[in-house]
Amino acid sequence: MIQARNYVKAESLQEAYEVNQKKSTQIVAGMLWLKMGNRTKQTILDLSGLELDYVTENEEEFSIGCMTSLRTLETHKRLNEEFFGIFRECTRHIVGVQFRNTATVGGSVFGRFGFSDILTCLLALDTYVEFYHEGLIPLAEFAARTQLLSERDILVRIVIKKDGRRAVYQSQRLTKTDFPQIACCVAKKDDMWYVSVGARPERAECRKIPTDGDIAAAAKAAAESFSYRSNVRASAEYRKALAEIYIRRAMNEIAEGGRK
Amino acid sequence: MRIQFILNGRKTDADIDADLTLYSLLRDKGCLSVKCGCETANCGLCTVLLDGKSVLSCSVPAGRVDGREVYTLEGLQSEAEEIGCFLAEEGGEQCGFCSPGFIVNVIALGNEIPEPTEEEIKEYMAGNLCRCSGYMSQMRALTKYFQYKKGER
Repeated sequence: MIQARNYVKAESLQEAYEVNQKKSTQIVAGMLWLKMGNRTKQTILDLSGLELDYVTENEEEFSIGCMTSLRTLETHKRLNEEFFGIFRECTRHIVGVQFRNTATVGGSVFGRFGFSDILTCLLALDTYVEFYHEGLIPLAEFAARTQLLSERDILVRIVIKKDGRRAVYQSQRLTKTDFPQIACCVAKKDDMWYVSVGARPERAECRKIPTDGDIAAAAKAAAESFSYRSNVRASAEYRKALAEIYIRRAMNEIAEGGRK
Repeated sequence: MRIQFILNGRKTDADIDADLTLYSLLRDKGCLSVKCGCETANCGLCTVLLDGKSVLSCSVPAGRVDGREVYTLEGLQSEAEEIGCFLAEEGGEQCGFCSPGFIVNVIALGNEIPEPTEEEIKEYMAGNLCRCSGYMSQMRALTKYFQYKKGER
């Protein structure tokens, strides 16, 4: 569990940002991962009073507040229409409804967990993250950063561009509701595949592969471009074999569905 | 810090430590149906309704419920009795340890999807672990319960 002396429910982002400059402050979002460790902090910082639980849409993009629950992504009609149900698919296997009502998209993205279905899914789309101080940056840039204690900015929202990409999400688990052994999200726009693979078990990354060659070769090339590691859930070799299969299946599914 | 929230329909005050969880607060308030079975946010035993949605109370900071509404099984007795009868009838109630969290989530399911398919029931209840029943008896009970509720409408 997390231990702390003070509880600050921020009344503005500026206040939250100021409180968060101290390394002894811990932002608590869904608290599902944080509670698994044993941390002693001075202050728990709660962003739940800042109305950051929302999904809005305009002609160009979706904007998702950092305190939006995974369950909202799963059940959001427009988000799933626009992106072919990948938000339902990447969330529905995560533990249970109660967990997904509690877990937040901001916590998932900021944590950049290796096992994250959410990060894997978002990386295959044209996604940005907005920080209070730093502003809007591509998710891929943020995801590639090493997580540091000196990272004291506040993730405010996620922005997903509606650029017409067609996407498919697939994962495999040893047992329902467990962490994935492998997580793959493939998207296609114009002449490019966007292939994101997570749970390798390293943090998800995305590769761009031209769509001119045949699908089997493209899937093989994509799978080979990632590094894999063994852990209790699967060996590195098995993960690589799975990645190639799921990438190929996703590419085939997108190709059969035609270009959007 | 002082918080005020609605617990099972009643205005409730509490003076809480900064790092208290909703789970511990509810136990302190005498809601002993709420239990902690896994300590890893996986088992669903601590499920309660927060503003109508089922959440894991073990993972909600108590400070966050200030001004909000919480229901535990203690405040949902008539629904619980009804669901409990179907569970008992099918042998879905064995040691009973997981039942409070299970029943609260069935109530949440019924509120969200009044006529769930078998697949929808399985998906919705996947986060409620039971180590005795083998789940088949629970599935039979829930299928019959939702048929009965449909007949009532």
